[in-house]
Amino acid sequence: MNFYAIKAIYRTEMARMMRTIVQSIVAPVLSTTLYFVIFGAAIGSQIKEIDGVAYGAFIVPGLIMLAIMTESISNSSFAIYFPKFTGTIFELLSAPVSFVEVVLGYVGAAASKSIVIGLIILGTASFFIDLEIAHPVIMLLFLVLISVSFSLFGFILGIWADGWEKLTIVPVLVIMPLTFLGGTFYSISMLPPAWQTVSLFNPVVYLISGFRWAFYENADVAIGLSLGMVLGFLFLCLFAVHWIFKTGYKLRS
Amino acid sequence: MQPIIRVSNLSKTYAGGFQALKNVDLEIHKGEIFGLLGPNGAGKTTLINIVCGIVTITSGTVTVAGYDIVADYRETRSRIGLVPQELPTETFETPFNVCRLSRGLFGKPEDPEYIEKVLRSLSLWDRKDEKIMLLSGGMKRRVLISKALAHEPDILFLDEPTAGVDVELRQDMWNVVQSLRESGVTVILTTHYIEEAEQLADRVGVINNGEIILVQEKTRLMQELGKKELVLQLSESLASVPAQLAEYKLELNDSGMELTYHYDTKQERTGITALLAALHDAGIKFNDLSTSQTSLEEIFVGLVNKGT
Repeated sequence: MNFYAIKAIYRTEMARMMRTIVQSIVAPVLSTTLYFVIFGAAIGSQIKEIDGVAYGAFIVPGLIMLAIMTESISNSSFAIYFPKFTGTIFELLSAPVSFVEVVLGYVGAAASKSIVIGLIILGTASFFIDLEIAHPVIMLLFLVLISVSFSLFGFILGIWADGWEKLTIVPVLVIMPLTFLGGTFYSISMLPPAWQTVSLFNPVVYLISGFRWAFYENADVAIGLSLGMVLGFLFLCLFAVHWIFKTGYKLRS
Repeated sequence: MQPIIRVSNLSKTYAGGFQALKNVDLEIHKGEIFGLLGPNGAGKTTLINIVCGIVTITSGTVTVAGYDIVADYRETRSRIGLVPQELPTETFETPFNVCRLSRGLFGKPEDPEYIEKVLRSLSLWDRKDEKIMLLSGGMKRRVLISKALAHEPDILFLDEPTAGVDVELRQDMWNVVQSLRESGVTVILTTHYIEEAEQLADRVGVINNGEIILVQEKTRLMQELGKKELVLQLSESLASVPAQLAEYKLELNDSGMELTYHYDTKQERTGITALLAALHDAGIKFNDLSTSQTSLEEIFVGLVNKGT
């Protein structure tokens, strides 16, 4: 194991975040805070409670999830796509590293960033909304697992993409709709039965549901199922990255 | 002596069906400067990229310091530094930071003093904290060389190091390569500037259409294939070469003012004395004379043309 490589990649990536702190931290925190202010404090007071939770508080887990999923994907996809675009990836490909070091360095840094963003948003939300966290450890576990698995997903996306458009297509056309329709702003149980069944095919439902359970102990699906879905997604992504490095897909000719 | 790089029966066919290398065998000796010459598309970069791990092997084997480049890639890659042909640089990073990253990637503990030494040797120390995008093309190339040297490699690949580089910088780079050789680093240089190989290389390999045509010590190659010529600037123009000089196979240029005589340096008698006497007898006077040796470039063009 080449520990120096992991450290070097991780540090370079974290330095990149600090260099672009407005874009990487301030922007997602601000946009999520605006949701709290508008849907939580302003409109939220006009909306009745969902499953015994005030609307402003109900949307917090889903909004944090939306932020960390989009940030994880954009951070790690950019981190690997940019060297591919400029050609500097030759160095990574000629270095004595396996997929383990590369993933720990790049995905570790992207996930760290997302976790920091998630915690800042959580802290900010507590200024506007009365928050309670029933299971802080499980909440953190979800935060970490989802940050890591979506950073892995972003990493795969960055390797797959051969143009800037492809890089933005998946977050905008897939992740955002799935998150909005995955119960960020409502409970699945509020939908007509047919749409409830359709919603169960949306993997993001399980993530948001599990994360919300850690806060308020109410969920659309069982917590065990949510955790299973997150872990399943994580292993699927790990397997894909392993395969990419083994075969050199889109990396080595 | 065990060669530091051994390429055996190496072939590479790209996904599109293009065969870039055909059964290549090549050995690089430790501590030498090896010049790999060949026209564009001959397979130089493919060969380098395979040894460095960027391109996969179709068939054959490559060992570096006795280790297989696929099975023991950590051992082989940590010994190699690569300066690629293009100028891919981390636009927003600084020279110092990219060197630190390179050193870490190749498994070496941090050593800011060593990086300082490398950056100073390439006259980059004053610019170490500037964004790379603000540096000139020549400086970017030096950043790439310092990155390749940041992990103290035993073997350095320079893929067209002086393409698009001005004369002064080219000289600086040649000096860097010489000093690397003195410190024991094996240097493999690809170029189509033959002058570069002529100046630097101990041995030369010529590759064309994915095949190694020839590998030889540079001086021997030039001796064996090198021809010299004697050019005489005449005082008065000649309409044709007089018949009594026919045995010397002289060439007369279009203006009739220049006679060229080809001779072989290896032969015991070059025939120059006899030629000069014969010219005197024929009443041909000349103002000036010069001799020149066939350059590696001419030898190379001859070889490549013969192969196609």
